[in-house]
Amino acid sequence: MGASQSAGTEHEFQDMADRTGFSLEQIGNINKRFRQLSNNEETLSREDLASIPALDNNPIRAQIINAFFDKRNLHQNETGTVQEIGFEEFLMVMTHFRPAAMGLTEEERENLRREKLRFLFNMHDTDSDGTINLEEYRRVVEELLSKAGTIGQETAKAIADAAMLEVASTTRGKMEPDEFYEGITFENFLQILNTFDIETRMHVRFLNMDTATLRCGKSK
Amino acid sequence: MGGFSQMKLAVNFLTIGLVLLSLPCGSYTEIPPKPPGSVTVLPPVKPAGGPQAFPDAENSNLPVFTMNYPRIQVPFEVTLWVLLASFAKIGFHVYHKITFWVPESCLLISIGLIVGAIMHSVHEEPPAVLSYNVFFLFMLPPIVLESGYFMPTRPFFENVGTVLWFAVVGTLWNSIGIGMSLYAVCQIEAFEVQDINLQENMLFAAIISAVDPVAVLSVFEDVSVNEQLYIVVFGECLFNDAVTVVLYNMFNFVAEMPMVEPVDVFLGVARFFVVGLGGMGFGVIFGFVASFTTRFTSNVREIEPLFIFMYSYLAYLVAELFSISSIMAIVTCALTMKYYVEENVSQRSCTTIRHVVKMLGTISETLIFFFLGVVTITTEHEWNWGYIMFTLLLALVWRGLGVLVLTQIINPFRTIPFNFKDQFILGYGGLRGAISFALVFTLPDSIGRKKLFVTTTICMIMFTVFIQGISIRPLIEFINVRRTNRNLETINVEIHSRLIEHTISGVEDLCGQWSHYYWKDKFLKFNNRILRKILIRDNRAESSIVALYKKLELQNAMEILDTVSGDINAGSSIVPLHEEKKGSGKPKRKFVAADLMNMHDILSKNMYKIRQRTTAYTTKHSLPNDSRTKEILIRRHTSIRRSLRPGSLNGPNEAKSQKYFSLPPGKSLDSKFPPQRLRHTGNDDDETMSEVDYPSARSRFNQPSRSSSRAMLPLRRLNTLTEVPSSSVVDLVDERSGGRGAWGRGMSRLNSSSSDSRIPVPRHDPSNGPDNGSSGDHDSGDHRPEGEQQPLSPTPAWAAEPGERDDSGTQKPLLRPQWKTRKP
Repeated sequence: MGASQSAGTEHEFQDMADRTGFSLEQIGNINKRFRQLSNNEETLSREDLASIPALDNNPIRAQIINAFFDKRNLHQNETGTVQEIGFEEFLMVMTHFRPAAMGLTEEERENLRREKLRFLFNMHDTDSDGTINLEEYRRVVEELLSKAGTIGQETAKAIADAAMLEVASTTRGKMEPDEFYEGITFENFLQILNTFDIETRMHVRFLNMDTATLRCGKSK
Repeated sequence: MGGFSQMKLAVNFLTIGLVLLSLPCGSYTEIPPKPPGSVTVLPPVKPAGGPQAFPDAENSNLPVFTMNYPRIQVPFEVTLWVLLASFAKIGFHVYHKITFWVPESCLLISIGLIVGAIMHSVHEEPPAVLSYNVFFLFMLPPIVLESGYFMPTRPFFENVGTVLWFAVVGTLWNSIGIGMSLYAVCQIEAFEVQDINLQENMLFAAIISAVDPVAVLSVFEDVSVNEQLYIVVFGECLFNDAVTVVLYNMFNFVAEMPMVEPVDVFLGVARFFVVGLGGMGFGVIFGFVASFTTRFTSNVREIEPLFIFMYSYLAYLVAELFSISSIMAIVTCALTMKYYVEENVSQRSCTTIRHVVKMLGTISETLIFFFLGVVTITTEHEWNWGYIMFTLLLALVWRGLGVLVLTQIINPFRTIPFNFKDQFILGYGGLRGAISFALVFTLPDSIGRKKLFVTTTICMIMFTVFIQGISIRPLIEFINVRRTNRNLETINVEIHSRLIEHTISGVEDLCGQWSHYYWKDKFLKFNNRILRKILIRDNRAESSIVALYKKLELQNAMEILDTVSGDINAGSSIVPLHEEKKGSGKPKRKFVAADLMNMHDILSKNMYKIRQRTTAYTTKHSLPNDSRTKEILIRRHTSIRRSLRPGSLNGPNEAKSQKYFSLPPGKSLDSKFPPQRLRHTGNDDDETMSEVDYPSARSRFNQPSRSSSRAMLPLRRLNTLTEVPSSSVVDLVDERSGGRGAWGRGMSRLNSSSSDSRIPVPRHDPSNGPDNGSSGDHDSGDHRPEGEQQPLSPTPAWAAEPGERDDSGTQKPLLRPQWKTRKP
């Protein structure tokens, strides 16, 4: 990209930085990576992401890629998926992985928490109906375990079932034997993970340094 | 001394170590006192009982009664010391509030002071147990092995940079800073310490910069401070021991050199790296060899734990042989092998390993603190206000400065930087402890002001341990350091933490950033493809989710096996009840192969994987490793008692005791399994953390307890007993005679594993419960009561027993006293 473009986008970047909380350098780096992935196109498609070699071994790579094309993660109050995303959307998804800043108030921390958990929740909730049902949960667990050797589907299923029961019992308390637990709502989701320090764990270190060249030279 | 003799030396130590480790209770009985720096290491006394020790032959008459105290003196005294220290430890825990507010090390030192005072008043010399060789070859390895083995692996690797930064650079900073400034202080004429030269000052500074914040760590656990802070302190205390010992040896050498050339400084630096990295190398090698060995131990379960100790000790000794950092060697060895070994060995061995590691470490440390107290009173001191006060001051200042400066440097590289409060606690937590004392005490006598150094170090330790150690808990609570929730282990949390890890590494890949997740990913790949195939017998890669799931299922099984009659009416579903009957009614009846299969089937279906069941009969050389079910029972036993402890009932978990193999609706796993019950099972890191009592959900429900085998109140007896009509005695009669050796022995073990002081079971007359044990509901929960009644009930069938008893007694020496005392 020539100098003309970077001059043109400077303002945009500043704007994005204000909205997302990333620093200019970080946005610059992410942008560089974005261009690299999209082969200098304005938008990024699923295939672009799926072709990243480093992702090959990730058991949940489909979900991760989906998350980037999920409208719910793009700060829009709509559901469904998009086929291509621009840089801004890409950045928006990345904001879910910002580390917690220092000196947050309780409220801010709680919001951050909800936001991050919402992202995870959306990864589970593939049909966007607001609950994670057993099928969806099983699929996630199966995929998580898919790289872990020869574990049968049975086990994955059993684990998902046990996890589901756990959710049911923590959120509902005592249930009648014939009662049916239809799925995990977001509130339940918050509840079961309330001991989990997601705000300190779910983050990517967006470096100010430009590591894109360093590392992608290796992986490509 | 030639290389050959050194080899021989190592071999000698190995044999001693073998004895030492196989007799954990009297671990130090074999240690003969040695003059410092001595190279003869063959123990003059072989307590293993050589035939040479008959009374003197000059007398032609056979002596009726002789005493040969000198022969047993050393091991005898050491045993007494260990016992005394252990009693002290028991004593502290009788009243919890003491250990809550005052660190244990303080109490140990205090007891040591008292004992020292007594000894001083009767002019008795303390045994010269703590010599250079004894310390480095016997007392130090258990301590480091313990910390290395129980190092919470995951947080450690997530913070490895910071940990090493503080441990290595921080210690160097402290030693050099303190050493230099002390040297400057020595130039002040008023203090009359001008004869201490720079090298000696540096040596001394290296000694007192070894922090040993055991007390701080236990406070951290109780208040559950954030993981980052915890692991940095933990790792720092572990690795700075290594650094300190390297520095110590280096300066010890340098201190005796008449002149220090500039080139020596560079050589010193080079040596520092050789020593450190070399140690790591040996550790990794031995770790892998150990893992590889345990691959083949499935048929010799009873010596499995031994390999762990032998290999780690070997790593230590070999490193010592080449004068490279033996601490690094043993720590890396423990870190490397732990993961693989724990997957290879049986669960029982795994528990044994953990307990023995813990026990040896605790004994060593206890002894050192204890001696510290004694030595404080009994040795001559050289008191020098100026030097001592300046040391205290400088140590504090340099530590504080070091933390400030080093965090400034490391913070930009951390995702979660240390804030000021963290830094304060980090600096304030720099307690000195056992290592410093042992190091200074084992200084060669050629150091002119050794007495002054000893005195100063003792002051330093006393000051930090008493003042800082006691005040750190209120301080942490006062300034409100960041804390972490790490209480409940639930499947969901595990799944999601995995999910997050994968997501993060995925997103990192996407955005072209990298961090430890990237390396972790790469390592896991390598691990799964190559290492596991070589090192692990049952080479199925196992996700930690599965591990946790197994663990929880195992818990379930444990619960089922003896809570059935507890609240049978609470069982809302038929199927589990049915299974329970099958599962736990078994022990009553004679073991039919079909039943066994059946039960096995249920277990294997419901628990993801059960380990191979070995044969039920035992030979002389194998443990009666007949079934895991019994192990489960034993553990379950303790867990019930634990849950019945006063205080735990106030938690939210009361009144739930019915468990199923598969979760029925409305039952929660997590709420019923406070983490302490999970401590003995499972293989993953979190688990380990809970083994070191890291997540102390416990402290919320119970009083903080340090060890799982804490003295417990004899109140137990779940209502199982009263509700269940005892049909057992009669069964017992017929089954006993029909050699049901395995289960009978299992029961006996069960029995012995629970405390002796229990209230006797309300016994029923054999005549009033003659249903023959096949009536399901009663049976189902009844096997444990049966086990307890056996020794007490005077049934005629006992006549047939003693043969078998003795047999089992010889195999399990621990049991024997009990049988003897209880035999009718």
